[in-house]
Amino acid sequence: MKILVAVKQVPDTATQVKISSDPKAIDTAGITWIVSPYDEFAIEEALRIKEKRGQGEVVAVTLGPDRAKETLRSALAMGCDRAIHVNDPALANADTMTTARALAAVVKQEAPQLVLCGRQAIDDDAGAVGAQLAEVLGWPCASWIMEETIDADAKTVRVGRQVEGGLEVFDIPLPAVLSAQKGLNEPRYPTLKGIMGAKKKEIKDVKASDLGLSSITPELSITALEALPARPPGRIIPGDVKDAVKELVRSLREDAKAI
Amino acid sequence: MDFALTEQQELIRKEVSALARSFPPEYWLEKDTKAEYPFEFVKAFAQAGWLGVIIPEEYGGSGLGVTEASLMLHDIAASGAGTSGCSPIHFYCFPPMPVIKHGSETLKRKYLPRIATGEIVMSFGVTEPNAGTDTSRIQTRAEAKGDRFIVNGRKVWNTNAQNATHTLLLARTAPRDPAKPFKGLTLFFTEFDRTKITVRVIEKLGRAAVDSNEIYIDGLEIPMENVVGEVGSGFYHLLDSLNPERVMTGIEAVGIGRAALARAVDYAKERIVFDRPIGQNQAVAHPLAMAWAKLETAELMCLKAAWLFDHGQPCGAESNAAKLIAAEAGFEACDAALQTHGGYGYAKEFHVERLWREVRLYKIAPVSQQMVLNHISEHVLHLPKSY
Ligand SMILES: Cc1cc2nc3c(=O)[nH]c(=O)nc-3n(C[C@H](O)[C@H](O)[C@H](O)COP(=O)(O)OP(=O)(O)OC[C@H]3O[C@@H](n4cnc5c(N)ncnc54)[C@H](O)[C@@H]3O)c2cc1C
Repeated sequence: MKILVAVKQVPDTATQVKISSDPKAIDTAGITWIVSPYDEFAIEEALRIKEKRGQGEVVAVTLGPDRAKETLRSALAMGCDRAIHVNDPALANADTMTTARALAAVVKQEAPQLVLCGRQAIDDDAGAVGAQLAEVLGWPCASWIMEETIDADAKTVRVGRQVEGGLEVFDIPLPAVLSAQKGLNEPRYPTLKGIMGAKKKEIKDVKASDLGLSSITPELSITALEALPARPPGRIIPGDVKDAVKELVRSLREDAKAI
Repeated sequence: MDFALTEQQELIRKEVSALARSFPPEYWLEKDTKAEYPFEFVKAFAQAGWLGVIIPEEYGGSGLGVTEASLMLHDIAASGAGTSGCSPIHFYCFPPMPVIKHGSETLKRKYLPRIATGEIVMSFGVTEPNAGTDTSRIQTRAEAKGDRFIVNGRKVWNTNAQNATHTLLLARTAPRDPAKPFKGLTLFFTEFDRTKITVRVIEKLGRAAVDSNEIYIDGLEIPMENVVGEVGSGFYHLLDSLNPERVMTGIEAVGIGRAALARAVDYAKERIVFDRPIGQNQAVAHPLAMAWAKLETAELMCLKAAWLFDHGQPCGAESNAAKLIAAEAGFEACDAALQTHGGYGYAKEFHVERLWREVRLYKIAPVSQQMVLNHISEHVLHLPKSY
């Protein structure tokens, strides 16, 4: 069974993101880049499916600039068999729909029986690409899955997706798109052997024209990014407890209008 | 000249760092307080294949160099694991080196694959109570008897001996000749036979999690085939372990310094005294900036020495210099970090205290700062030997 995993390179969760001099972009200087954590669940699940079935191929795909190759290398180190890097300046400002179209073109060329991705990338948190990709392909889709079982002849998959207070269980015909929620599995750490083997695995570079994407006009564009307003400083009310409590109650009532 | 790491080396750093950081500082605080060996940590590194970093591929390892092992140990130290995390792992990196370089095929086939998987736990027995730094005067003797050697003697500071399954042991096999004091020493790689070796733990300043011990060897039998290299040339074979050991422990000190520095920088930004973050005071900021610069410099020296070793070039002076500078830089960084924390630096909860105690070790072991300076005075500057 051939599985395609869509992954995205994002800033490390510990990064303090700053807006750059171009107010439509973040300042990428000094950022440590990682594989989006939900995508790691997707990679892990794909590898487990392959291991369980004893055969198959797992192909990682990403759309991103040169540095995104590191993300593919990490996916290969975890155990993916090969990777595809959609890397084209024309796609630099791709919105989620454009990304979904580009990925759909890759899916058509590769013809996998299953596409896995994370429930959302943790940079812009749109959570749209998985569903849009399924829509472009005309495939069924289940988002935020917590478990999956594929039948013996890879015709259908039973998925449990997270809903308030429980699981919603579906039987879905394959091929399909599934997006991973935290809890689906515990992603492995790449082994040193895996890291060394990753160097020898293929990463295919693909341009928009290779995918037959002629006119790329994003349907969404960013007008501006704004930082959160700075939190106003706290206030310490001095004095003995009796007076301080009085002042606190007055301030909550009159200044903050909270009571 | 090219200072860039390869893509593979970058990936090694990233993945080691991720795995090491999955063990939080609280894990190490607890191990230190309870003096418990970090078995879980070692197991995680074994499972991900890191213990075989330096073992050649044909013996089940990854066949990488001192450079990659150093990058790994640096990132373990910098994760906050410090010496407690590095020591158990570095025993898989430099003690096997003489076996790899000088061991017989039988010895390599028998032991290297089991070192790569972590099945073997090693100790390293050179230092003795009555010889100290003057290794040529060790008193542990190995006498040939038929197809085996019988060993008697005492070693001190034998790290890992509480759990060791095997040991790399240096012993005298011929009387000391003052003209050639380092001849007549033989290196053995052998099972840690607890019926013949008594182990007594030493309470110490730091790294309580990883034991160091006095060991008493009484009639230990070692088969001939367990001699590493040639009988009588053990000290020279050991040098292939000692230089990597200096590089690796040096870069560990850099990593510990960086762990402490990162904590100090965060603290200096957050702690408000006199209505300003303490880091705004240059008296607080400059020692941290200086620590950063010295750690960078020390790391470069460590990586240069590693590069020389991996390229089969002489690296004695460079390995010594790397350890010297790194031990200073690591200690100064931890000390500045402790000072930055004020009273809280003295509290265990802030973790810098543990790093500070641990990093002090590197000025003493594996070789003291003075002996490094002696080496450079004599062998690099060609000044008369002082002792
Ligand atoms: C925690 C820990 C773990 C260790 N683990 C191991 C291990 O696993 N295996 C192992 O074999 N060893 C181990 N060691 C031993 C370590 O390598 C030695 O402690 C170190 O080499 C110094 O030897 P010594 O303690 O005998 O000091 P000594 O040789 O007694 O020296 C004492 C002091 O005098 C100075 N000195 C001596 N002679 C001179 C001179 N001519 N000129 C200037 N100064 C001089 C030294 O620099 C030192 O400061 C460990 C030590 C520690 C503390």
